[in-house]
Amino acid sequence: MSAIEATPQKVIIIGSGPAGLTAAIYTARANLAPLVIEGEPSSTSDQPGGQLMLTTEVENFPGFPEGVMGPDLMMKFRDQAARFNSTFITEKVTRVDFSQRPFTVWVRDTKYTAESIIVSTGAQSIMLGLENESRFYGHGLSTCATCDGFFFRGQEIVVVGGGDSAIEEATFLTKFASKVTIVHRRDSLRASKIMQDRARNNPKIEFKWNSQVTEIIGTDKLEGIGLVDTVTGASSKMAVTGLFVAIGHRPNTDLFKNILDMEANGYLQTRPGSSYTNIDGVFACGDVQDHTYRQAITAAGSGCMAAIDCERWLEAQH
Amino acid sequence: MADGIVTLTSANFDETIKSSTTPILVDFWAEWCGPCKAMNPVLAEIAKEQSGKVIIAKLNVDEHGDIAQRFSVMSIPTMMLFSDGEMKMKMIGAKGKPQLLAEIAEFIPTKS
Repeated sequence: MSAIEATPQKVIIIGSGPAGLTAAIYTARANLAPLVIEGEPSSTSDQPGGQLMLTTEVENFPGFPEGVMGPDLMMKFRDQAARFNSTFITEKVTRVDFSQRPFTVWVRDTKYTAESIIVSTGAQSIMLGLENESRFYGHGLSTCATCDGFFFRGQEIVVVGGGDSAIEEATFLTKFASKVTIVHRRDSLRASKIMQDRARNNPKIEFKWNSQVTEIIGTDKLEGIGLVDTVTGASSKMAVTGLFVAIGHRPNTDLFKNILDMEANGYLQTRPGSSYTNIDGVFACGDVQDHTYRQAITAAGSGCMAAIDCERWLEAQH
Repeated sequence: MADGIVTLTSANFDETIKSSTTPILVDFWAEWCGPCKAMNPVLAEIAKEQSGKVIIAKLNVDEHGDIAQRFSVMSIPTMMLFSDGEMKMKMIGAKGKPQLLAEIAEFIPTKS
């Protein structure tokens, strides 16, 4: 058993996106020597560094007038947390027990204990949920435009979604694709105005409104999709060799089912204006408890709140 | 060959795969792919810990796209395990070390 396993930590931070890493910076500077169980490599967004690891340019994070690459920004966050004495374990938490203190967190068979926990497990991309969908993953179907766009050079591809992620992906993909069709189930986008303008002014981007993907067609790889018109109910098919899904995110809260209070959509509940969950000593921050804002800067802000809540709560215990 | 990791190219790919008596795990990657970079520490550890049982090799799809195309690589990272000159398995997407080792276990000899 390693020293870290043998000693109860003051605080364990689960997850290492902007929220978790900001919480690490602040708890480290409060001399709490946080243990950050940061996740393991993955091509979806539940990985060390979080959702920004799959983006390119981030233009709206304050402090970077020229913009900054998502992975570079997260590396800076991590370096800063490391500078002030945070310990990182590049593994994924597999089970938790918050029924008594110290709290217990498992990474498979390895057990860690802590006086307090900060949950910052974030969110990952929602898939379409269609039959056979996983078969096409990596064979024409993707959720990572920056990883896979390269392979669709000169092809006509589809991006499903109507928010900022969908527009960002579509815009990025025009670097490679000859045409990008944005398929959205409504007739208006929920993306920010500036992103909408960019998409409309991009000659390679077309829109297919009021359309929902009902079928993924192909043998070894993607060849087409079936669509239904959400207004008229009419079905149609579209030949396409690349399909990028950007329809939203679901919070990574499976670990906490029946342990932490959560909304019907899975987002953790926190006491308004704080990071307190229903269990004293367990705090939540970032996208895992935020369905409204979901920005890197709001996640970072809430990570700071969790660290301060946590530090004050720990002091009050002694 | 740095840290025991073989760099594959269009020129040396076939010969390297054919002539290896040890199973080879080929990692298709590119500079601009975040999850690919996240695999680097995992692959470096496996190269060290499983030295003699499996060879870790990398192919940059930007520089050697013909090989990627030959194997219909459409997403990266894609990792392929070759044994006795043949592709035995294909894995798509980044993953942690325990999961990767579990998936290739049946092709890796238990004795060095």
